[in-house]
Amino acid sequence: MPVVQIVIFGFALTNEVKNAKIAVLDNSKDEATTSLIAEFSNSRYFDVEKNLVSYNQVQQEFKKGKIKLAVIFPQNFSRDLQHLNKAQVQLIADASDPNVANTLTAYANAIIADYQNSITNNRKLPYTINTEMRMLYNPQLKGAYNFVPGVMAMVLLLVCTMMTAITIVKEKEMGTMEIMLVSPMRPQIVVIAKAVPYLLLSIVNIITILLLSVFVLELPINGSITLLMLESILFTLVSLSLGLLISAAVASQQTAMFISLVALFLPTVMLSGFMFPIENMPLPLRTVSNIVPAKWYYIIVKSVMIKGLGIKDIWKETLVLTGMLIFFLTMAIKKFKIRLA
Amino acid sequence: MNNNYAITANNLTKRFGDFVAVDNISFEVSKGEIFGFLGANGAGKTTAMRMLCGLSLPSSGTATVAGFDVYKQNEKIKRSIGYMSQKFSLYDDLTVKENMQFYGGIYGKSDAFIIKKTAFILNHLHLEKEANVLVKALPLGWKQKLAFSGAIFHEPEIVFLDEPTGGVDPVTRREFWNMIYQASDLGITIFVTTHYMDEAEYCNRVSIMVDGRIEALDTPSKLKSTYNAASMDDVFLKLARKAVRACRLNNWHETIFSF
Repeated sequence: MPVVQIVIFGFALTNEVKNAKIAVLDNSKDEATTSLIAEFSNSRYFDVEKNLVSYNQVQQEFKKGKIKLAVIFPQNFSRDLQHLNKAQVQLIADASDPNVANTLTAYANAIIADYQNSITNNRKLPYTINTEMRMLYNPQLKGAYNFVPGVMAMVLLLVCTMMTAITIVKEKEMGTMEIMLVSPMRPQIVVIAKAVPYLLLSIVNIITILLLSVFVLELPINGSITLLMLESILFTLVSLSLGLLISAAVASQQTAMFISLVALFLPTVMLSGFMFPIENMPLPLRTVSNIVPAKWYYIIVKSVMIKGLGIKDIWKETLVLTGMLIFFLTMAIKKFKIRLA
Repeated sequence: MNNNYAITANNLTKRFGDFVAVDNISFEVSKGEIFGFLGANGAGKTTAMRMLCGLSLPSSGTATVAGFDVYKQNEKIKRSIGYMSQKFSLYDDLTVKENMQFYGGIYGKSDAFIIKKTAFILNHLHLEKEANVLVKALPLGWKQKLAFSGAIFHEPEIVFLDEPTGGVDPVTRREFWNMIYQASDLGITIFVTTHYMDEAEYCNRVSIMVDGRIEALDTPSKLKSTYNAASMDDVFLKLARKAVRACRLNNWHETIFSF
């Protein structure tokens, strides 16, 4: 436990952004842009992932979700700089995570300013490079864009997993579970009946969170609401089956609570990308984050709600969640049967 | 199978790994009989009972309950039996009436049946005034009687009672046994485990389990003469002392508290 904590708190939980993937669209391809791009790739904060050839590609790259920042040089960058002493560069950041966007644009500005100073040194008239920034998806850099999807993941997980696990284990503790198992009711029906109220409760929760975020936090839902609801129900089912698995495996309410908290709540907060960017974590933690269901749901909600993307951009995440659902459910049913035999 | 038997068991065995919890037990229980199933803690009573109730599958041997095979006709058995567990088996945060409705519901009884039966039970237990009281507010003795009424709510052929009178005062225990006799008069077969030897005297026949095996099975009076004992208590002690494994079982605390 202490080892895990040190590793998580020491390495993972940092808001510093390193090795952020960026795309470059160089329309002038001259001496100045080449050396500036070199500055970017030499910096430990940025990895130049893609060299784009047209402006249309910028939007596409952001949709894929890998690129956090795009740097765009206009035509004749060097010439403008030499003759007018002034040049323009555009930075476009993926502000669906406002903290990361802020940090990245600050780093990028610093690199550009550095370069500007280095070439101005022996000149009377200073060169100025104007940066124009665009915050994609979240122009006002509202924090809500970040935490609403995170809160949705957390609430659903808490309600579904923890409550389901605890109520079923409570029945085991009380002895009422046995009463139902000796009755003609099929065990599967008993378990499903226990899960249904929480499914309904979760749907009410999702609707409440969405209404609040739209009307109180003024957060738009850019994508399809139906898709968002379906994906949320999918995540709810994953959480429910996880709850069932826990309840089949443990015997007391305390254990159920402890497992739900330690094994689910903490990773959800820390490894879902909601509080701390996953990209900066060391490889082992990044790997572990893949088994946290909330991570995938978080990506889905952000994509649908904030970026307004459709199913064809999030089918991979959806597939992962579906796989998890099938896995947890099979395990839970198996566990349940073993207990009976 | 002989139709006069409510329960038959033939070399019924349950193993958990190397541990033989129930070791080749064979017995028959006649219809309408009150059958006492005794044994120290860890002797295998609850495991045996769970196999008969369809809560766990036997490792070997055969058994029938209400004429149905425990391996293949599990669902039919469940329809014909009632069960009252060692743990208190009502919902604390439902009212008396709601608990009765719940029992009726899980056995798929009609609304009309449930209403009629609930009214009958409340009247019988003099609980009409408490119909809408939460069960957790009732004294333990009343809860036990209510739980028994729940177990026979659907009018089963056989009812399994797992230490139904644990922690209940002698007066209430006597009342509880009156209820058992009434149920028996209605033709319900009673299969009961208990630690109280005075209760063993109330049974038609008694079996005593030691270390997973049935060491003795007869009417209380015959058992007393066979073992030359003054009371069932003595019979039990003579037999239970043979046990070698009771002390190494994990539910040692129960052993301490119930003796």
